[in-house]
Amino acid sequence: MSTSERRGRETATIETAQTGIADGRGMAPASASPAEMAQAAQEKAQVREVIEQKAGGGVSLVAEGVNAWYGSTHAIKDVSMTFRANEVTALIGPSGCGKSTFLRCLNRMHEVLAGARVEGKILIDGQDIYGKGVDSVRVRRHIGMVFQKPNPFPMMSIYDNVIAGLKLNGIRKRKSEMDETVEHSLRGAALWNEVKDKLKESGASLSGGQQQRLCIARTIAVEPEVVLMDEPCSALDPISTYKIEELIGELKQKYTIAIVTHNMQQASRVADWTSFMLAGDAGYGQLVEYGRTEQIFTQPQDKRTEDYITGRFG
Amino acid sequence: MQGQMTAPSIPGARPRLSLEASDGQARRRKIVNGIMTTLIGAAALLGVSILGIILGYIIVKGAPALNLDFFTKAPPALGEAGGGVAPAIRGSLLIVGLASLVGIPVGLGAGIYLAEFGRGRFADTVRFIADLMTGLPSIAIGAVAWALLVKRGIGTYNAIAGSVALAIIMIPIITRTTEEILKLVPNNLREASLALGTPRWKTIVSVVLPVARSGILTGVILSVARVSGETAPLLLTVLGNSFASNNLRGPMAALPLEIYQYATKSPFADSFTKAWGASLVLIIIIGLLSLSVRLAARLGGPQARR
Ligand SMILES: Nc1ncnc2c1ncn2[C@@H]1O[C@H](COP(=O)(O)OP(=O)(O)OP(=O)(O)O)[C@@H](O)[C@H]1O
Ligand SMILES: [Mg+2]
Repeated sequence: MSTSERRGRETATIETAQTGIADGRGMAPASASPAEMAQAAQEKAQVREVIEQKAGGGVSLVAEGVNAWYGSTHAIKDVSMTFRANEVTALIGPSGCGKSTFLRCLNRMHEVLAGARVEGKILIDGQDIYGKGVDSVRVRRHIGMVFQKPNPFPMMSIYDNVIAGLKLNGIRKRKSEMDETVEHSLRGAALWNEVKDKLKESGASLSGGQQQRLCIARTIAVEPEVVLMDEPCSALDPISTYKIEELIGELKQKYTIAIVTHNMQQASRVADWTSFMLAGDAGYGQLVEYGRTEQIFTQPQDKRTEDYITGRFG
Repeated sequence: MQGQMTAPSIPGARPRLSLEASDGQARRRKIVNGIMTTLIGAAALLGVSILGIILGYIIVKGAPALNLDFFTKAPPALGEAGGGVAPAIRGSLLIVGLASLVGIPVGLGAGIYLAEFGRGRFADTVRFIADLMTGLPSIAIGAVAWALLVKRGIGTYNAIAGSVALAIIMIPIITRTTEEILKLVPNNLREASLALGTPRWKTIVSVVLPVARSGILTGVILSVARVSGETAPLLLTVLGNSFASNNLRGPMAALPLEIYQYATKSPFADSFTKAWGASLVLIIIIGLLSLSVRLAARLGGPQARR
């Protein structure tokens, strides 16, 4: 595929993005050939089809009085909020306010670090993930995570990356079923068309945006109920960002999604709910305000939220 | 045109950016850079040529000793021509093989433990002991093996004691290289795996180790090569033997011992040639081992591309 052709197809995707979740915001519509637009539309239809096939939907996640420490550093204090089933919740706030820390508490990834500690309750579908006898490994199978920096497994092919979660979890399937899962997950991550002819190549051979979608494919291949994303687009170009935002809009039909972002336009585009966090003078991060995205961005109740979203600090 | 050549003289205009290496500082930097590059190149050349000279010397001196008999026959009586080092080859393979059987798993296990779980007092102690052991003279380790396994234990010079001594030399080398290599594996790969709901041990086995595989193998091969040439601990434990023996509880021949014997205990020219020949055989064995392990690793593993 030539560069100009590729550029054309990507432009077409922007346009679909604009008619979709990115409705009328920001970029001007670019011209694309009917064939290219058809292809983009087809890709989108594939994503939707794959997601609709998922058994079961997202479930709600409720944080109650969550505190987290790094050694003796109190990083977040008494954060309580709800991630509603099949909706997107954005976490915004200035750097260092504990967004990543909080997100990592939600699937018990915080405790992986040396000296890290969590207190409080996090209920998934009513069950506390920090409850007695709960297995952190099990929790993470239900609550998947996409990281800020794309991190495909470098020694695995694209194919193996997608089914890594299944293989690592010892789930055995026949070759044909594996093939199906791979195609399914890659379609669901809007990556299939770009990689279907090079599934045996290394996952590290993809572009940053493709790698991030590969990581999303890898996450949805294990069919979690909740997907946590920590600034998934911060290392990506606008086109890849639009692809992923569009994808989030589709994924929420069957997944509960929490996304950390520094990009307030992104929060307003993808999120149904938004919460604003801030680290006060005491050093620890706290929840300042939580509400419907429109409300947070148009009628913030707290002065600090207003200052932040209008760019007066942070 | 002229405006481009001379700096603009309009008041308040920015002076022309200096990009050429015209001033003293830039020239000095260039010279220093040249000197450093030359020095590094010279050091590399020196290292490689010394290695080449040693290797070439051993080949020139040792090649005349090599023939079929040298690989298949036992040594003749002292001073007689003919015969070979077959028992020593077999003995070396047995002793080093047994040492590897114990040393590699223990060394790898300890290295993985230190890198993946090693926090706190216990881990620090293990690390400290490993460092200490790497610095221990091999003859001291041989002496301990002699005291415990030759003098007491089995009661006679024996191959097991030699293998134990070699294993003790291997373990800290493998432990420390494995730990250092594993620490280089980016943490985000571990997190990616854990976040998929993969247990810790499975993450280590299936994600961390494959990424670090070639580095770990290098450490293992280095340690095997190192102990293959160890002489002092074997002198104190295995002693040597003119006959082929599979008895691990008795004295056994080994290549370094053979080299030592031929080079120091005999006035005959033929013996010196045999010492060189045995050295060459030792080098060939280590070379083949290293090559085959690397080949196997490349064929056996997934197509890593980094
Ligand atoms: N591994 C760590 N060890 C010690 N302290 C940490 C660690 N990670 C984060 N912190 C501290 O915890 C606080 C919250 O960090 P966190 O990474 O959650 O912020 P964030 O809101 O995600 O910031 P950013 O937007 O820059 O990603 C910060 O003060 C930070 O210094
Ligand atoms: Mg962060």
